[in-house]
Amino acid sequence: MSDISAILPIETNPLHAIGATLDLDQPLELDGGQVLHGVRVAYETYGRLNEARDNAILICHATTGDQHVATPHPITGKPGWWSRMVGPGLPIDTDRFYVICPNVLGSCMGTTGPGSLAPDGQPYGPRFPVITIRDMVRAHVLLLNALGVDSLFAVIGGSMGGMQALSLSVNWPDMAKRVLVLASTAAMPVQNIAFQELGRQAIMADPHWQGGAYHGTGSSPDAGLAVARMAAHITYLSEASLSEKFGRRLQNRDAKSFGFGADFQVESYLRYQGESFTGRFDANSYLYITKAMSYFDLAEGHGEDDHPGRLAEAFKGVHSRFCLVSFDTDWLYPTSESRSIAHALNAAGAAVSFMELSAPFGHDSFLLDVPALDRVIEGFLLR
Amino acid sequence: MSSSDVLRPDLAVIAQNVAPGARVLDVGCGDGTLMAALRDGRDCDARGLELEPANVAACVARGLSAIQGDADTDLSFYPDDSFDYAILSQTLQTTKRPDLVMEQLLRIGRRAFVSFPNFAHWRVRLSLLWSGRMPVTRLLPVAWYETPNIHHLTVADFRDFVAQRGIAVEGAWFLEGDALTGAAAANWRAEHAVFLLKRHGD
Repeated sequence: MSDISAILPIETNPLHAIGATLDLDQPLELDGGQVLHGVRVAYETYGRLNEARDNAILICHATTGDQHVATPHPITGKPGWWSRMVGPGLPIDTDRFYVICPNVLGSCMGTTGPGSLAPDGQPYGPRFPVITIRDMVRAHVLLLNALGVDSLFAVIGGSMGGMQALSLSVNWPDMAKRVLVLASTAAMPVQNIAFQELGRQAIMADPHWQGGAYHGTGSSPDAGLAVARMAAHITYLSEASLSEKFGRRLQNRDAKSFGFGADFQVESYLRYQGESFTGRFDANSYLYITKAMSYFDLAEGHGEDDHPGRLAEAFKGVHSRFCLVSFDTDWLYPTSESRSIAHALNAAGAAVSFMELSAPFGHDSFLLDVPALDRVIEGFLLR
Repeated sequence: MSSSDVLRPDLAVIAQNVAPGARVLDVGCGDGTLMAALRDGRDCDARGLELEPANVAACVARGLSAIQGDADTDLSFYPDDSFDYAILSQTLQTTKRPDLVMEQLLRIGRRAFVSFPNFAHWRVRLSLLWSGRMPVTRLLPVAWYETPNIHHLTVADFRDFVAQRGIAVEGAWFLEGDALTGAAAANWRAEHAVFLLKRHGD
């Protein structure tokens, strides 16, 4: 089996495995036809796997998320990205569940990605193969196998994490008993592909990108990555939340400067978001992960002859219980996306719940203080 | 609430008459009381459609499956014959097009339970006759301008409706308070009616 650096027998397993990694002992065959050797998966676990091995929950993170779901981020020191949801006595109760959160393939927080060293000892850079959401899930499944988890109480994910959860439910239908998908989609909407292409072009237009071979050169396309992040960040918010947070208020000044400094608070905020992002994320990882999202179409290959895939066909044979949640101010993955998943699951005869919650924070609502979401997650995991 | 709670009388009638183990769609399922009773008491596979997200969340918390949606628009997404029963309790009179909703029910379900308040109950008639105003009664407690009941109907209206469309009535129950009352004078005496319907030609 695989080399497991941080896994101990269940009875001695620490409550949290923080900063754990697993080196896969088998190559990862990718949707694009290439094969990755020597893949490392970074992950964290919380709670204990019970003797029946039926209390494991896989949490899948979003685009620029990571495995630090409920522990402070090692670079920024900020609390884990879902520490309000995961912990003892919280909706995803680590006294009850064994929670596993891996860093996705292609990322830069410990799991193999374009910034990692290839078997030849040099960084992959642009030699890293283009991956898919399903490839990410392939790595998750190998991790679960290594952890002795062959069945999940639930798989949970928001945004890109929701895509992974859906991919797992369709491609490994025996794995998860419950599938909880927040603010996500079964196929990347074209508007989002367009936004992601904008971000990728900003990175690739930065001369420091160097055709993608910047790893180890001492420079990186920070300016391009910052612009990509700024554009993406706008899509995570709502007009209402921007208006409330900033409005048209000026930044540290009483009058317009008639220059190109950050006159408006929102300009200053976005610049800060972009700059701070470059300190914690790799530009090539951003390219590969957003491309995987742009490619995502769960129905692909489930149609007849020349017809595009039918989502309901993709869901034939699933036997998980599903819960889909959207937010009324999310224009990146609007309610219509979740509703169409619910209709397709219905048509396939699957057990599915769907609801649109009201929250002011746009797409980011699934990460923020929305008490109704806490109740839904707690309820869905109750029985 | 738990499923051991006493069911509303019309829901109790439906729960007692659904075949055990059936696949059931509860349209306007509320907080899932009937679905829970059908699952726990009749071993049914129950699904719900409900307008209010808080109610959908309550269903989810009971381990039930419910979809937020509108009977007027979302029933068209369910495949033909996907349920043994489609249930519409106390909701028909709130829909924009009750006739189309009925069509959808009998397309999705092999059978349908439909329950509704009878606008021809003697108390309603008297109230309208004496006061000359839209009745506000125990069962219809909301004033005309804010009531969700936009298509009031009577037992006689409903009997005509199903007869005209060749829909078979397999069962009918009439309730005055919590008690069953006879079919003969139902249009006067029933506050609630529950019909079990079967599509024409099946």
